[in-house]
Amino acid sequence: MQKITREQLIDKAVSLLSDGTVECVLGWEKGQFDYDITPAVFNDENELRENFVWNDFCGANFSKYLVSKTRKCNGKMLVFLKPCDTYSFNQLLTEHRFDREKVYAVGIPCEGMADIDKIKAACGDGIISIDASGDKLNVHTLYSDEPISVSAESVFAERCMNCKSKKHVAYDELLGEDGDVIESHRFDEVAEIEAMTPDERFAFWQNELSRCIRCNACRDACPACTCEKCVFDNPNSGVENKAAANSFEEKMFHIIRAFHVAGRCTDCGECSRVCPQHIPLHLLNRKFIKDINSFYGDYQAGAEVGTRAPLVDYTTDDLEPGEVFERGGDNA
Amino acid sequence: MRKCSLEKLDSVFAEIANSFKLYLPVDDKDGKAKYSEWAEGVKWSNALNTVRSPKDFFFPQTEDLMGFKCSGKNIEIIDTRNESEDFVVFGVRACDVKSFDILDRVFLKDPVDSYYSNRRDHGIIISVACTRPAETCFCHTFGIDPTEPAGDISVWKTDSEVFWQSNTEKGAALLEKLQALTEECDADAVNDQKEKVSAIMKKLPLAGLTADKFGAGKTKELFDAPEWDSLSEACLGCGTCTFICPTCQCYDIKDFNTGKGVVRFRCWDSCMYSEFTKMSAGQPRLTQKERFRQRFMHKLVYYPENNDGLFSCVGCGRCLAKCPISMNIVKVMKTIGGKENE
Repeated sequence: MQKITREQLIDKAVSLLSDGTVECVLGWEKGQFDYDITPAVFNDENELRENFVWNDFCGANFSKYLVSKTRKCNGKMLVFLKPCDTYSFNQLLTEHRFDREKVYAVGIPCEGMADIDKIKAACGDGIISIDASGDKLNVHTLYSDEPISVSAESVFAERCMNCKSKKHVAYDELLGEDGDVIESHRFDEVAEIEAMTPDERFAFWQNELSRCIRCNACRDACPACTCEKCVFDNPNSGVENKAAANSFEEKMFHIIRAFHVAGRCTDCGECSRVCPQHIPLHLLNRKFIKDINSFYGDYQAGAEVGTRAPLVDYTTDDLEPGEVFERGGDNA
Repeated sequence: MRKCSLEKLDSVFAEIANSFKLYLPVDDKDGKAKYSEWAEGVKWSNALNTVRSPKDFFFPQTEDLMGFKCSGKNIEIIDTRNESEDFVVFGVRACDVKSFDILDRVFLKDPVDSYYSNRRDHGIIISVACTRPAETCFCHTFGIDPTEPAGDISVWKTDSEVFWQSNTEKGAALLEKLQALTEECDADAVNDQKEKVSAIMKKLPLAGLTADKFGAGKTKELFDAPEWDSLSEACLGCGTCTFICPTCQCYDIKDFNTGKGVVRFRCWDSCMYSEFTKMSAGQPRLTQKERFRQRFMHKLVYYPENNDGLFSCVGCGRCLAKCPISMNIVKVMKTIGGKENE
């Protein structure tokens, strides 16, 4: 259950709207159910009181929306940022993707977001409503008279189970208390894959990526993918592919994307959240992050604005390509 | 109507698989159902439905249409089709069965799409009645009864038995082959189940959803509705909704240079994409709002206009479950369809 309440957020938004600090509010809009929440722009108190929602299903990272939405806004836009969203926010600022002057960022604490698919797996279909109490979620379904109670932690999204930080690295104002950077276990699964033989690893990714339907949701949700025109959408690029000619092409798309965001990916986990086929795409990005950490020293994209990432910053101590080759052997 | 015990179902599958390739919903390692080929030991999924729709069987995501082989000044045209065997798809829900009708009206209309019609001719559909509809279900909005699925054979599964009813010649011929494994029976148990499930349908959160505001002739009224702005505001422009949709039917045709020749293939395309239907003058829908509107107007207005009022949505609920930003046709229908739909 989130510590900060919906009402606190609405009150904050209303006061910033009424004193003229902001012109509009980027927030979460309620849906048909308790879990199908849509990012939306709210323009006044009525809209906020009626449709704004803040609960355990507000996973969407708003940072990327700022690129397009601030262009439409004359004044400032209020955006609510969870700790992990603030890393994307900084990274986009580092890349000059939106105008900081047009944003009023309110940091809000996050206790972890739920993955509705895990809830459905635990409680079955037919979910009528979900309410939170303490560290439990009570799920009311068509098929059980009593609500089914699950611990919130057991149905956390993967990225929340491996939360890397409760600390906000960017904000104009903070609601509630700030947290700390967390020693997470987010690289454990990468290490497991590294420990596989090349054949096992190939089979692992073959199985995962063979499910890809090329809907591009991973790319379109990714805050590091903000090209105005993606090379894969451009018929003149020679690599545009609406469909894969063979199973290698899916791997090419995902591996090229992982290379493109290497050093810029903050590990926000949107790619895996939005994948309709449950492909653990975040593992590709984490592999790069893990390697960058071990080759160049710990580096967290988006921790600060304006830092030069290791991959775009030449120093005489840089790793020689040969060293990567020497790591080789069976596990290369 | 015929029936067999639930324990005998595997023997029935084996019998079908003796004569045909048999596909059915099977759980993958993450517990998500997808259509897979049956073999000894493969278990039919308990899931309400598959993540991807069964449209792939007739309209696959990619397919080669023809090949060209060039030698000197000669171009040889190669027919790349190699599908000529009958196959059975088991476990198709009523909504998805209805989607085949919707696709038929596109692909079997003159000029007939021979690739599609070939697969339709070879496919035998065994549908399964729903027993536990989900909160995302709204097939009833489009007049579909999930307890009475169409298809060549309809199946009802109870706790202990499986009931079979053929609806077509193809279905009757297949059921004939299963004589030894099934026995003649009355429809009492099936009727009981229909009644129970119909009662559940009335309790679904989307039970009251109607498409009354939409349909043929509504273009002028709805095209410029101001609500399209806010509805499309958060759309990422990905193709998830179109690719998991059982009725989305748009495709692109391209030539692939193999180095030794050319393969002409087609693949699903999405009206959500910036390059969709790009012509020499450019893409006709420049903004995401226009692309978003196209998808819903097509399903709810343009398609019915060209197809005797039939909507091209079957209420399967896949887009409700999978859209990354949880925007979907139900929200569109409720917002544009007015207050009475809430």
